[in-house]
This record gives sequence, C-alpha cells and structure tokens, in this order.
Amino acid sequence: MDAQTIFEKSQPGRLGVMPPLSDVPLPSQPPMWPSGMGRQEAPPLPELSELDVLRHFVGLSQKNYSVDTQFYPLGSCTMKYNPRLNERMAALPGFTQLHPLSDPQQAQGALELMYSLQEALGEITGMEAVTLQPAAGAHGELTALMVMAAYFRSRGEERHLVLVPDSSHGTNPASAALAGFQVVTLPSAANGLVDMLALESHLGPQVACLMLTNPSTLGHFETQIEEICELCHRHGALVYYDGANMNALLGLARPGDMGFDMVHLNLHKTFSTPHGGGGPGSGPVGARGPLVDFLPGPLVAKGERGYHFMTPSQSIGRVRTFWGNFGVLVKAWAYIRHLGAPGLKAASLHAILAANYLQELLKEAYDLPYPGRCMHEFVLSAHNLKAEKGIKALDVAKGLLERGFHAPTVYFPLIVEEALMIEPTETEDVETLEAFAQAMLEIARQETAEDLHQAPRHLPVSRLDEALAARRPVLKM
Amino acid sequence: MAYLPHTPADRQRMLERIGLSSLEELTEIIPSQLRLKRPLDLPPALSAYEVERYFEGLAQRNATFSQGHFLGAGAYRHYIPAVVDTICQRSEFLTAYTPYQPEASQGTLQAIFEFQSLICRLTGLEVANASVYDGGTAVVDGVLVACAQTRRSRVLVSKAVNPQTRQLLKTYAANGAFSLQELDYSPQTGQTLLDGRLDPQVAVVVLQIPNFLGIVEDGPDLVERIHEAGALALVAIPDLHTLGLLEGPGSYGADLACGEAQGAGNPLSFGGPYVGFLACTSKLMRRIPGRLVGLTEDSQGRRGYCLTLQTREQHIRRDKATSNICSNQALCALATTVYLSLLGAQGLRAAAKYAWQNTTYLRSLIAQLPGYTLPLSGPYCQELVVQVPAGQALNLNHFLACEGIQGGYPLGEDYPELSDCILFCCTELTRKAEIEELVTALRSFKEAY
Amino acid sequence: MIDPQLKYTPEHEWVRLLEGGVAEVGITDFAQEQLGEIVFVDQLEEGKEVKKGDFLCTLESIKTVSDMYAPVSGRIIAINPAVCDGDPQFAPELINKAPYTEGWIARLVMSEPSQVDDLLDDSAYQKLIEAE
Repeated sequence: MDAQTIFEKSQPGRLGVMPPLSDVPLPSQPPMWPSGMGRQEAPPLPELSELDVLRHFVGLSQKNYSVDTQFYPLGSCTMKYNPRLNERMAALPGFTQLHPLSDPQQAQGALELMYSLQEALGEITGMEAVTLQPAAGAHGELTALMVMAAYFRSRGEERHLVLVPDSSHGTNPASAALAGFQVVTLPSAANGLVDMLALESHLGPQVACLMLTNPSTLGHFETQIEEICELCHRHGALVYYDGANMNALLGLARPGDMGFDMVHLNLHKTFSTPHGGGGPGSGPVGARGPLVDFLPGPLVAKGERGYHFMTPSQSIGRVRTFWGNFGVLVKAWAYIRHLGAPGLKAASLHAILAANYLQELLKEAYDLPYPGRCMHEFVLSAHNLKAEKGIKALDVAKGLLERGFHAPTVYFPLIVEEALMIEPTETEDVETLEAFAQAMLEIARQETAEDLHQAPRHLPVSRLDEALAARRPVLKM
Repeated sequence: MAYLPHTPADRQRMLERIGLSSLEELTEIIPSQLRLKRPLDLPPALSAYEVERYFEGLAQRNATFSQGHFLGAGAYRHYIPAVVDTICQRSEFLTAYTPYQPEASQGTLQAIFEFQSLICRLTGLEVANASVYDGGTAVVDGVLVACAQTRRSRVLVSKAVNPQTRQLLKTYAANGAFSLQELDYSPQTGQTLLDGRLDPQVAVVVLQIPNFLGIVEDGPDLVERIHEAGALALVAIPDLHTLGLLEGPGSYGADLACGEAQGAGNPLSFGGPYVGFLACTSKLMRRIPGRLVGLTEDSQGRRGYCLTLQTREQHIRRDKATSNICSNQALCALATTVYLSLLGAQGLRAAAKYAWQNTTYLRSLIAQLPGYTLPLSGPYCQELVVQVPAGQALNLNHFLACEGIQGGYPLGEDYPELSDCILFCCTELTRKAEIEELVTALRSFKEAY
Repeated sequence: MIDPQLKYTPEHEWVRLLEGGVAEVGITDFAQEQLGEIVFVDQLEEGKEVKKGDFLCTLESIKTVSDMYAPVSGRIIAINPAVCDGDPQFAPELINKAPYTEGWIARLVMSEPSQVDDLLDDSAYQKLIEAE
C-alpha cells in the first residue's frame, strides 16, 4: 500500500458530481471583476469519478483505529461509545438545513433545545448560567479566562497572574497566556494533589485565578478542594474547573458545590459526542455569581413570546461565529435525554469501577507512582521497565497497537516519568478490559525491548521518521 | 440499563477484585459533604424511540424553506453529495481521536494532508493548517500571526468584513495583543477605502472577498498598497465555493487567507459545526496555530503521514505556544476534502459560475422592479444588497416567510446607513422559478404597503 | 562522550577557543541526548551582541523546546549553515551526530575573554553530569 494521494489518482476529464445546472437566462456579459480577480482557468482540483472518490476515502478509513473498531483507553479523552441515536438526531433536516440567521421565531425548536441544554449543564455542574458558544475545550478555557479578566477589569483590580499546577493539561497555561495573563506553575504535593502551602505562598493581590482539574490528571479526587477554593477566594482569586475529567462526577458531585467559580465541559468527552478524528467538539462554559454578567453573548433565554437570544449586560462579546457547534449540541442533548439523571450517574459509577478494576489488574506489573483508589482513570509508569529492560512508555504504546488496542495517553501528566494514562470508560465490557490487561501484562513480560522496537508491524505503516517530517516539512501536494 | 454492558455478575466480580461490595463505596473518596445527596434535576429518561419522537418534534418547529431560500451572510446553502455523508459517517473517521498514534491513524492524517493541499491549491498560498473552529476565529488567528510576525500591534479591518468577524476581533483585542480600527467602504461601489489609513504601526489589514456586501474587492491593488506600508494583507473568504471563480488571495500577493469552508460539504446546521481554514506564505509557517500534518517515511522507507512542527503547540510549549488550540474540525474538514474531490476542477467552477448567473438574473429583475433599488455598483459574486421600501426591511422578511420564502439578511442593525437594505444570496441551488416567485412577492409587498 | 580540548558550562554548552579571540559554541553530547532529535534552531541572529548567560537561541526537537544561553559575552559573527533553515546545507541532525565538531552552533568574538577562565574543564564537567 503506497498511500497515494487523491491528487495522484486524478485523471483530467473525470467528474464525481455535477452541481445542478443553472436554468436562468445566460447573462449578457461576463463578470466585471477587477483585473486579476477572476480565475482564468478551472481551479487546480483533482478530477475523479464518484466511485474513485468513495474508494479512496473508504480505503483511508480502513487505516484508522476508532472506538467503533477498537478499545481506545486514551487517558483524559473519555473515548466512550458514541451512540448512533445521537447521529440520527443531529441529521434531522429540521436541524441540518436551518440557517443560523433564521428569524428566531422560526427556529424555536433549535432555541428550545439550546435552552434546555444550558439548563441541564448548569444543573450538572452547579453553575447558574451556561454559554454554549465555545467550539472546543480549549476554546472554553480561553473564554472563561477572558470572562475573568473582564470581571477584574470592571472592579479596577489588576490581577495578571494565573496559577496552573505542574500536572495540568498544556491547554491551561496556553489559554491563560492567550487571554493576556502570566502563568505561574504550581508544584504538586508528594501525593500529586495541590500542595496547600505552595498554593498559599503563591496567592496574593496579583493572582486572578487557579485552574484545576478534579479529579486531577492522575485520576485522583482533590479531597481538600473546598479548602483550596476558600483559600483562593480569601485572596480575591477565582477558581476555574477544567472539565476534562467530568466523566467521573456526573450526578455524584458538582464543581459549583466544591466552590469553583467557572467551569468548562467537553461535550465530546463526557456527553458521548464523537471526536471525529480531532473535532468538531464543543466546550460550553458555566459561571456563578457576578461572573454570569460577563459571559459571551448571545445566550438563549426564555420569554413570554418563546425563546430568544440575549446578551448579558457586561458581556465580553462574541467568541465565535454564530451560536455554537449546534450539531454537537443536538448529540449531547440526545445523550442526556436518553440516559436521564440515573443513567448519567450510573455512567460515572461504572467508569470509576472499570478504572479501578483495570488498575488492580495492572498495578503489579507496572509502577503505580500514586497508589490508592482512583476515579475514572489512573496513571501507570514504565519507569522500572525502562530501567530493567529498556521498555519505554512509547514501546508499550506501540506494542498495544500491534495487539489490536489503541494506546493509552503517554508521557502525560508531565510529573510522571514514562507515564501511561489509562481511561477505560463505562462502555467497555469486562472481557475487553481483561483482554487489554492481558496484552499489557504480555508486554511487561517481554525479556527485552527489541521486539517492541519493531512494533507495530501489521499496520499500514511502521514507526515513522517524525524528525524528517519536522526538519524538511512537506505539508501539501 | 441498555447503555452499559455490565451484568450484575460482572459488577460483582469487578467489585470483589477491588475489595468493595457496592458501587456507592466507589464514591467514598469524595468528601461526604460534597457528595450529591439527591438525583440531578433533569427531565426523565426517554427510550430511544421516545428520544426520536421528541427530537422530531423539536426539528419540526424550525422552518428551513427548502423551496426558495435567499439567506447567506456567512452561511451558505450548497448541494451536499451523498458520498460526503457516507464517508463522514464511517465509524473509523467518526469515532477516532486526534491522530496522536500515527501508525493507527494514517486515514485521518492523509485526509488532513489532502485538506491542507486543497486549501493551498484554492487559496494560492504555500501552507495551510488542518483547520480551525470557524471562519471568524480563523481571522482572529491570522491577525495574531501577523502581529507576531511584524512585531506591530495595530490592526485595520474593513467595515465590509462580516460584522460577526469584526465583533470577534473586538472581543479578542481586549486581551491586549492588538488594537483595532475600522476602514470605511465606498457608498457607491461597496469597496473598501484604504486612502491615508496606512502607517508604519499597522501590522495587518483585514479584507474580505467577496465582502459582506457581496462585492468583489480589488485585491491586487489593495494588497500592493498594504505591502508598500510594510503591513501584511489578510483576506477573509466567507465561502470557499467562490474560489471556483475568483483567484486565490495568494495569487495577488496576500500573506494570509482565512475563511470558512462550511459551504463546501457541510450543512447549515444552525451555525455549527463549521470549518475554518488558515493559509499563509511559507514565511509564516512556524507562527501559525493548530495542527499541521506532514509527509514522511516509516522505518521501511514507505510513505507515511504524521503531525509535525508540534513544538508550536500547547502540549509542548504550554504558555509560550503560538495558540491554545489543540483540536481541529477534523470531521468537517473531511467533508470539505471529500466534497472538493467529488466536484473537482470542473464541478467547483460550474457551481460558482451558476451561483453568479443566478444572482445576475435576480439582479436584472430587481433592477426593473418599482420601489426597489440596487445601491451598490461594485462587481458582485453571489450576494446582492437591495434597498427595499423605506422602513419595511423586517416587515418584508415576515411577508416573504408567509409566502414560504426565506428572505435575505436585513443590514440595518450592523450598518445604520443601510437600514432599508437587505442582503440577498443565490447559490447554484437557486432555481429560476424561485427567483421569479421572490420577485413576484417583492412586487406584491410593494403594492400592499 | 566529552572532548578534553573544550571548556564547558553547567548548562551543558561547550566553548572552543579559535584564533583572534573567537569562541565557537555548541551543546554537549549529554545535552543532545537529553533533547532528542533536533529539528530546528530558532532566533539566532548574526551580528547580535550578547552577554554571558543571555538567551542565544532555541533548540527544537520533535517533542520539546529548549533555550540555549551564551556561555561567554560577545558578538555573534557566524552561524553554522547546518542550523539555518532554508540554507542548502541545513542539517540540524549534525547537532545530534557530531555535537563537538560539525554540529557547532555559533561563533562569537569575545568581549571579555577572561570569562573563559570561569568555565569548567572536561573533568569538572564529567563530574557534573555524573551527578545529574
């Protein structure tokens, strides 16, 4: 298989689909565009028959691992089953063919859906108001930090520092920097959780916010979360909840009750909408108290004449075009309506059960640097395997690919050497978990790393020369 | 419950292995006072069938006007071939994550590489990323690239750029990375006026082609003047489709082309998910945000694809990254890739030409219609500003809706000087009969008021 | 691997004294091993005056980015074409393959040649990396 591109398969004169012929009278003269603006020739696109195109892309699809074909225990990414019911609902013509600038009176079904989802996400997180605009989790973080910046500006407070634990997702510091803040990295305590003394010593009149994931990126619940939030609030700082790990808490605990001021959620993780190979996602943001007035507009409100758009009084403005990734919102709302409150709670409980079970099966063969009961995910380390036999986390990952499983998240969080972050989710049955554990144990039992260095052998490509790609970038054809 | 695979026996076995006897014990790590003691207050669960009934009910309360639709203004109705849906619903594309393990993601990676290539070919630029959230955020990203490159911070944006894009720029300007000033447009032609506004502090000038008023700007002339002042030129493209007829901004020297590819393969879907693209000269390659896929070789010398130039990104550079973006709109970009492959060189050109022809026909009929005028004389593409009877823009749209026609976009809220104007759009889907029905309705409206 | 002819810094840079008060600088074998495959060198400016300890350039490998600092004060008079993107001789892999020779990074005319006396010799540097 030579990975020929669509361009190399092109034959001049072929056509896949012809648009409907125009039936109006032909214009009497050609377009009067400024010189240099009209194309002299057809655009340089490939030319193929419909079947050629279909085969090309079906062929490409067969080179992917996916949730529908493989166990995908990618930590922090919540690769749960994406119910096909969601897809069918999002494909209803009343949704797909609705223009975003339709008169709201003629889009009441869409607005009711968005309003209901805003309310439900507020209830799930313990927040007073939710915006559905952000297009992804990182976009949600950025939005929330901009809201906080506007809030402090309105109070005349100059707080330009954001605290981020050393175990955090890379998006946290990147979002803070993009929102105009300076980032201060907070060292974790020996147990991997927030170090209260370090936190206290970093807080002060310049600190705007602490960004936190709970459960932490190690999969552990921050048991002192109330004290952490109180301490931040006492110093005038806000606390931000990175919702990447919300799949551990549905119906069990709420960020708002813990003291968090703002949250973002990843509908494509927690609420079962598919990842699509890297998007589209959706990253709604919730807020409490005075921060509500600063949320980006417009939100959906309910009035006497039905649902309508409204912009909060001190809104930071718009953070994207139109209203949100509506198609993704439909899928998340279908999931919530199908499961209901008991179903969501059961989902989180079984996600925690699966993670603890798998941790138990693996903790002898691999290092478990932060032992104890985990929430929905856990982090192993290949540190000892590397020292003893030269088997690195990357080798474990490639060995798993060869054995028909997707790899866990590797080399994250940064505070764990040779990290392997495993999140099984609630939708995998016990046989799958055990088969995966078997594969992990088999890899750990290898005498040397030599065999693993050749892995994966049976996929469309073996290990790639990433240095070559970066030194001499070829980004198009 | 059907959604979960665990039988009571499975649950028992798993709990025993971790030394517990009930599921509730799993939550004991959460301090008691934080544990939610009541069920979430959500509407009751529905069976799959009931979910379908409920969503069909919601969908029916949206009016989609499939017979006579003249609204564009940043979201465009084009034909989506069945093969696009077939591919995008393939499990292996739909339910994969970001291609971090390249050996198990060659499908997604090659599709993104082809998307990048298609965007480069259409925009006439050297580098394109794997896509960003939407056409508006693409412009913000492009502006940040330009400011970093020029080490300047003043941004000029034409008033003829989509008002939502300008609102977005205003929101992001509050972060302190740039300041924003607007450029007027000519009330006669609808083209952007640049005279006397350039100075050595200007990092980038943001234009849109065709602009929000439907007018094709004089790209080569504007870009040349922008470059004379040492600034970069960013051209926003509201509908990738128009590049079937119009030259790519790279061909007339633009440094950045940022736009919306929704019209190429993605449905209107009430505003999202859409797919923004960002293309630039190779000089700017290391400053752009988002994913990039590159061509390389595997250990046996076979061709393969992987994410590359990742040191720009948040998971490595954290607060020093070029952006916080860590996804792309992969599935929407896939739809665009399949769409452009199906239409190909001839199909895209034909579609863009038909849209222009249909718009030309609408224009010729309105030109003869008493009570309606065409205030802008500049060259158009697929949208038209029409001045309607004074004070009647909103009423007219209500009237059209009652006639089963989706009217255009009333411009008054964004452009007070165009308060009696509506922006009408035709695409290749617009039929002659629909155009004539619209014109008949416009005539009856005028007669009725 | 350590070259006994060179001087070192605790930040894993090396200095080779050339004629005319010129110092050739690069990173040590230990440093390149830590960074992994180097793919790009950024922000190196010929003609720029730097003080000892100032930022010199960034070294990018596939998975990480690291800043390099000037081991001595001086003016940058030459940059290795192997680290210049776009140069026909661009081959940043030389930093990995031959860190002490073909993989040199820049040459500086020293403004304070006495700073060389403060650098580590090979045995002192050897001890330092053994301790890491």
